[in-house]
Amino acid sequence: MYSFEFEKPSTIADAVAALAAEDAQALGGGQTLIPTLKQRLASPSALVSLSGISEMQGVCVEDDGSVSVGGATTHATVASEAANTYPALAALAGQIGDPAVRNRGTIGGSVANNDPAACYPAGVLGSGATIRTNTREIAADDFFEGMFSTALDDGEIITSVRFPVPQAASYQKFLQPASRFALVGVFLARFADGVRVAVTGASEDGVFRWSEAEQALNTSFSPDALMGLHVNPMNMIADLHGSKDYRAHLVSVMTKRAVAACS
Amino acid sequence: MTQVSMTVNGKSVSGDVEGRTLLSSFLRDHLSLTGTHVGCDTAQCGACVVHVNGEAVKSCNMLALEADGTDVGTIEGQSNADGSLNVIQQAFQDHHGLQCGFCTPGMVMSAAALLKENPRPTEAEIRKYLEGNLCRCTGYHNIVKAIMAASGQDAGSIAAE
Repeated sequence: MYSFEFEKPSTIADAVAALAAEDAQALGGGQTLIPTLKQRLASPSALVSLSGISEMQGVCVEDDGSVSVGGATTHATVASEAANTYPALAALAGQIGDPAVRNRGTIGGSVANNDPAACYPAGVLGSGATIRTNTREIAADDFFEGMFSTALDDGEIITSVRFPVPQAASYQKFLQPASRFALVGVFLARFADGVRVAVTGASEDGVFRWSEAEQALNTSFSPDALMGLHVNPMNMIADLHGSKDYRAHLVSVMTKRAVAACS
Repeated sequence: MTQVSMTVNGKSVSGDVEGRTLLSSFLRDHLSLTGTHVGCDTAQCGACVVHVNGEAVKSCNMLALEADGTDVGTIEGQSNADGSLNVIQQAFQDHHGLQCGFCTPGMVMSAAALLKENPRPTEAEIRKYLEGNLCRCTGYHNIVKAIMAASGQDAGSIAAE
């Protein structure tokens, strides 16, 4: 790692001030960022840890029934604290990485990084969640802008993510066992006003909504409604773990499993 | 350099570290607690697992300054007060849960974290919990057996494969 200054503010305001320094970068749990720094793929002048900000910790239920997760909340905490209020989200958090990674990694870090194979982007987009930052609220549909790219400005911090709780939801992850990321993961949420299907791990453009599947499921909510529906393999990721066609096939399979789990 | 202070295995310690100093480096290089192993240095293998405020974490993937003020437990703090092996360590010996021993500190620390939150895990739960701990020689079978035995359950129920 290149050398950097380390700061650990205790308030959002102090963190925002620290991040105003040139080339300063926010540090969530560091489960992706620290390996990245070790490879010298990033060289921030300062790391601003968000782990000491108590107002960004924990899971709570808001007045309208939605579940709000503080940006610095670890996956392990979401897995336990959201288990009763939003079980599908808790189940997703409990499948990220391994236990030691879940004790450090945070929702804000994962969502801000927008790894194309990460689990949380699927949960956030599939739920139609709202990303709250120190300056504004961003709808999930407007937040994810392609692989490792988001609507966040420099120095902007995800303070919490607000999830409307669907009638039923399921995250189906086809595990890539070496990396523990999703080879393909599908988060399906069924609301009174329609179904949302978000796919991670598959596309060159990062997480995306499979709108054809959503339309079919709005007409008939059953795995059979997806018969004959396929995503275009053209934009799928191809690597040594799976071809474009394989990933496209998995998108259909995992979506059907998610429907079955919600039926 | 910044001063960092924490409790390690019940003792208050402090030292001057850089921002980039990893917790694993602080333990090994500053405190000479070399029982915590660094295998892959990419947070995959789990040889560096320690407890921070009771939770298993990969110490090669956490900055020492992030552990300021915390209570850290390492493999050196696992033995009984008289220096004898604790229940988990003894079970690893009894069931041949190690060969070269490189992964063992992390395996024992993960096992301890598992048994704290789930005192009587099933075989499947043990295997699931050890997903982030890699062993390159013994294989996992005897490690799983050892953890079953350490939890007071019949390790014989795990059939040889």
